Amino acid sequence: MNQQELIPHLFRTEFRKIMAVLSKLMGIEHIEIAEDIASDTFLSALETWTYQGIPPNPTAWLYSVAKNKARNYIVRNHLFYDKIAFQITQSIEDNQSIEIDLSDKNINDSQLQMLFAICSPSISVEAQIGLALRILCGFGIDEIANAFLSNKETINKRLFRAKEKLRNEKVAIEFPGEAEITQRLAVVLRTLYLLFNEGYYSESQDTILRNDLCLEAMRLTYLLTENESTNLPEVKALLSLMCFHTSRFEARKNANGELILYEDQDEKLWNKELIEKGVYYLHEASQGIQLSKYHLEASIAYWHTIKADTPEKWGSILQLYNKLLVVEYSPIAALNRTFALSKVHGKAKAIAEAEKLKLLDNPYYFTLLGELYKVIDRGKAKQHFENAYQLAKTLADKQVIQRQIDGL
Amino acid sequence: MDEYMLIFRHEDGGKIASPEQMQSWMKQTMDWIGGIAAQNKYVGGNGLPLDKEYARVVGYNNVVTNGPFGDIKETIGGYIMVKAESIDEAVEFAKGSPILQGDGNTIEVRKIAKGDGVH
Repeated sequence: MNQQELIPHLFRTEFRKIMAVLSKLMGIEHIEIAEDIASDTFLSALETWTYQGIPPNPTAWLYSVAKNKARNYIVRNHLFYDKIAFQITQSIEDNQSIEIDLSDKNINDSQLQMLFAICSPSISVEAQIGLALRILCGFGIDEIANAFLSNKETINKRLFRAKEKLRNEKVAIEFPGEAEITQRLAVVLRTLYLLFNEGYYSESQDTILRNDLCLEAMRLTYLLTENESTNLPEVKALLSLMCFHTSRFEARKNANGELILYEDQDEKLWNKELIEKGVYYLHEASQGIQLSKYHLEASIAYWHTIKADTPEKWGSILQLYNKLLVVEYSPIAALNRTFALSKVHGKAKAIAEAEKLKLLDNPYYFTLLGELYKVIDRGKAKQHFENAYQLAKTLADKQVIQRQIDGL
Repeated sequence: MDEYMLIFRHEDGGKIASPEQMQSWMKQTMDWIGGIAAQNKYVGGNGLPLDKEYARVVGYNNVVTNGPFGDIKETIGGYIMVKAESIDEAVEFAKGSPILQGDGNTIEVRKIAKGDGVH
């Protein structure tokens, strides 16, 4: 790898590690300093390596520069306080004595603790995802803006406010105690789930970026399974769900980037290895009585890895959607349930139930009705697809709907 | 929107159903509940197992009888709570229940008090 490729690559893998360890060390009140030091470190690499060549161990070089910068900052800062506040804090003469631990274990622990700190109920979910992308995934502000289909200023403002809030709330960067872990983990898992969905369903045209979002969400979920106190059934269920979804990455878009519906996908393009991993984690997640919404969604995704239509498949999917809706309502689950209902009990019954949903501003509501009416009443089907076309927000969705209309 | 309770009354709680029948009823019940939940109108609910071992009736003077079966055959088998705009909408939900396929079974539909001191 030459320098032009190496630095962005290292930025992607190392920025977040340095960031997490320094934030943990200095506390949430200095989170922006940690961010600056981590950024400065890469700037130094860019300047130094250009003239002196790439060092033999670039990662070690980065860590050592980051450590020095952090130590210098801490020393300067203490001096500053000593002078201004006449406060004798523990003065550090020899900055080498400040321990900065960039071992794998501390990096992982710090990242997980940061994850819990970021997923604080005091900030909005969008802000949580944004901060996670910046701090835990090392995404640039423009990448985050691109993923959210927003602009840099908005994202900067959102992240700034979120960091301020975390500072004001004095959120600690630590593992939650055993008593709160379930509750806190629920917020973390929801954020990771949404981060994944952001990538999977993102309207951003940048395919690589979208895949990266999904992979980062998986990496963080995987990190949770690596830690004893967070390796819980619902975490494994979420990871299983992510594996099943990512297994269809290659198959769900054609060469022009257009969405390919599940029914039309070439199952040879499904990633067998990821499906196996999904099955493994689902099995692991099922050792116990707990049945979270992630268990249900992972089980539904599992049935979708079997392409052939069988009564058993759709019967199981319908029952899983019934349970999922009882646990937590969402419009998309309601629509998918009705589709499964049509496979089990026929289109006429499904139409009757679909019409009760009345999701009149949801394009997928009309795509479902169009699909159900296709054989029964072509005119009505067309009308529904046209409604869907009007409501669809993305080009990809409009293309899919147009193909449906053309195919009638 | 108000909340209503749908109480399932079984004509003969003592009847024994085969495992296949039970499974089929479970599926039908879940399809019924899923249809309500898909409209975001399901609040909660539970089954009350018709199992003599876990059922007692406590009467006047604290007289405890095994039951509720025996002399009185009718018994409550479960309930669900739904959100509905009106009693009529709640009744429409009840009409879809597979419990009503059993001859003599009924569903009692009752509004749940809001605890606001008025109802």
